[in-house]
Amino acid sequence: MTVHTGPHPTRRLILQGAVSVALIGLGNLPFVPAHAAANDKYPEEAFKLKNEADAIKALYGRTAEPSDKVKLDAPEIAENGGVVPMSVTTTLDKVSSISFFVAENPNALAASYKFPDGTIPAVANRLKMAKTSNVTAIVEADGKLYSATKEVKVTVGGCGG
Amino acid sequence: MAIRRRDFLLSSAVAAASVALPRLARGTEAASIYDIERFGNARILHTTDTHAQLNPVYFREPSINIGIGDMAGRPPHLVGRAFLERFGIRSDSADAYAFTSIEFEKSAGRFGKLGGFAHLKTLIDRLRNDVGEKRTILVDGGDLWQGTGLANVMQGRDMVEVANLLGIEAMTGHWEFTYGEQALRDNLEHFKGEFLAQNVFLTEEAAFNDAAAFDKTTGRVFKPSIIKELGGHRVAVIGQAFPYVPIAHPKRFTPDWTFGIREEELQKHVDALRGTDKVDAVILLSHNGMDVDLKLASRVSGIDVILGGHTHDAVPQPIAVKNSGGTTLVTNAGSNGKFLAVLDLALDKGRVSDVKYHLLPVYSELLKPDPAMAELIGKLRAPVVTDWSEKIATPDRLLYRRDNFVGPVDELICAALRTELDAEIALSPGFRWGLTALSGQPITMEDVLAETAITYPETYVQEMTGAEIKDVLEDVCDNLFNADPYHQQGGDMVRSGGLSYACSPTNAIGSRISELKLDNGRAISATRRYKVAGWASVNGQQGAPVWDVVGKYLRSGRMFQEKLGSGVTLKGVDGNPGIAG
Repeated sequence: MTVHTGPHPTRRLILQGAVSVALIGLGNLPFVPAHAAANDKYPEEAFKLKNEADAIKALYGRTAEPSDKVKLDAPEIAENGGVVPMSVTTTLDKVSSISFFVAENPNALAASYKFPDGTIPAVANRLKMAKTSNVTAIVEADGKLYSATKEVKVTVGGCGG
Repeated sequence: MAIRRRDFLLSSAVAAASVALPRLARGTEAASIYDIERFGNARILHTTDTHAQLNPVYFREPSINIGIGDMAGRPPHLVGRAFLERFGIRSDSADAYAFTSIEFEKSAGRFGKLGGFAHLKTLIDRLRNDVGEKRTILVDGGDLWQGTGLANVMQGRDMVEVANLLGIEAMTGHWEFTYGEQALRDNLEHFKGEFLAQNVFLTEEAAFNDAAAFDKTTGRVFKPSIIKELGGHRVAVIGQAFPYVPIAHPKRFTPDWTFGIREEELQKHVDALRGTDKVDAVILLSHNGMDVDLKLASRVSGIDVILGGHTHDAVPQPIAVKNSGGTTLVTNAGSNGKFLAVLDLALDKGRVSDVKYHLLPVYSELLKPDPAMAELIGKLRAPVVTDWSEKIATPDRLLYRRDNFVGPVDELICAALRTELDAEIALSPGFRWGLTALSGQPITMEDVLAETAITYPETYVQEMTGAEIKDVLEDVCDNLFNADPYHQQGGDMVRSGGLSYACSPTNAIGSRISELKLDNGRAISATRRYKVAGWASVNGQQGAPVWDVVGKYLRSGRMFQEKLGSGVTLKGVDGNPGIAG
């Protein structure tokens, strides 16, 4: 019996690689402060801010409402805090961006992805986490912001059992 | 023996009145406690966390097993008299001895050792014969292959042979993974049952490199479940391995695999079993630990019963948990072969209409060892354990490990580490396996190995600042007392020697540990560096195996240090029924 849980892992890895490349490429673009996610400019200011609320404001200029239409998949306890796999999918329409915030990291905004019209709104990436923290995913859809939050524990390890 | 038999008779008779368990109702002779009234049309037998204990053992249940928040005062966080009251067990009965720490040494003399695979085999065969062929399945929840020197040397192969003779048809794992992928796969080649784990997946790198997997589409490394026809109905058993293997143990053992609770994948699998495969019952064979299982049962629907392990909680009755699809029963079946769980199901088309559950203590005095199993155990042990039979010490007090914070076994290990490695402070992992030894009884290297036999036993000495020591204590303490069970890994508090501290379990991480002091009473300074010895590090270490360090220490005639290792002062948990009065 086979249960299909998602895209083939290999394909997912390649897709993820492509998004990372695009994100790095954006780093060379000039900085434009307000509502950066709504346009094509690199949100340098938002990435520099320490506090999550400030970073959300700098990136989007408003706050998000929690929604069960945003599905954030992240481990309960990270197997390696240096590379914590996380993914977001959503059933929302007209998604234009998805962003990840790690509240306890030195800079809360960890990644922000833009979605051209007609793109499947799904992204998987691996984030570095300094310590146990809430992780918030924000989906920008049809001009509104929706969020999901999950606490991910980072531990020094050892056991147990 | 005659006296013992009378003790069992007495305890059975009184227990029958107060507990009203069917198995005690016809207590005309001692062994009749294993006469279980026929019920339903399928019987699932469950062992878990036997930790490779081939022969009967003494194992003292905890006198401290604190639950906080929603878990306070609820099974499994009940000990001593609170436990007896909750489950209606008489304090002088054999069951009180099996399930609690009350008057342990006195009762050990009356009721003897529990468990042993030859005794288990006799009991299992009897309970299978009672209901007839094609109506039973025997499943094991893992931690079957680890816990003795023999299992460690044989990388669990001894237990595969024992499991085959016992007739284990499905199992999942935890310590099994610490032998590494190759040894695990070699063992599974010989295992006649199925190794099930719905929650172990290839890492993306391993999938990219085309590593071996049961299902390359999903990335699942192992078969997630089996379906067995029992009593004319289809019963699915899903395996749930310990979710935090690469966190609790060195990642080098399982570099290609990623674990986790995997609720969503589990829900999809349950839905598929019900929707596509049209099974009549779904059982989760889990190594999550009981608190995790209780939370999971409230969030995943469609599972009839979770047969649980890992946290070594011997819970006599299932706990019913409501969820969006109905009710799920959650059990936990103790450890070290002390108990056999019997789940009788009344199955209808597509549903379980009723269940009866018994957690039977395996009283070795009441069960004749199965000759074939006894012979196999003898054959497996003989070439290896003779080297470990030398008596190396005779402790003047009861040796046990289980309790949230301290235990005499770990005090000895810490004393050995501090003395042999010349360290101010020793740290030792809060494992929940490891046997109990009675006061005045000689112990051997085999006994030492039964407390220490792991695949990463190397000791270390390192300098740590006071702040780093506190961080380690805080981190491990959060594994026990995080308000969210999904953030607990199981196990008990790291043991410390040469160090005392206060602990407030109900606080948040970072503020549970205070008043750190050396044994001489001097406060630990956050910035000063201390010489710390330990073992079982998740990072690679080079020191001698801990059993050699402990063996050398005991052979030199030393035992407990004058100041008994660390003292831990508990704060904010007065009256918690997880602390024996």
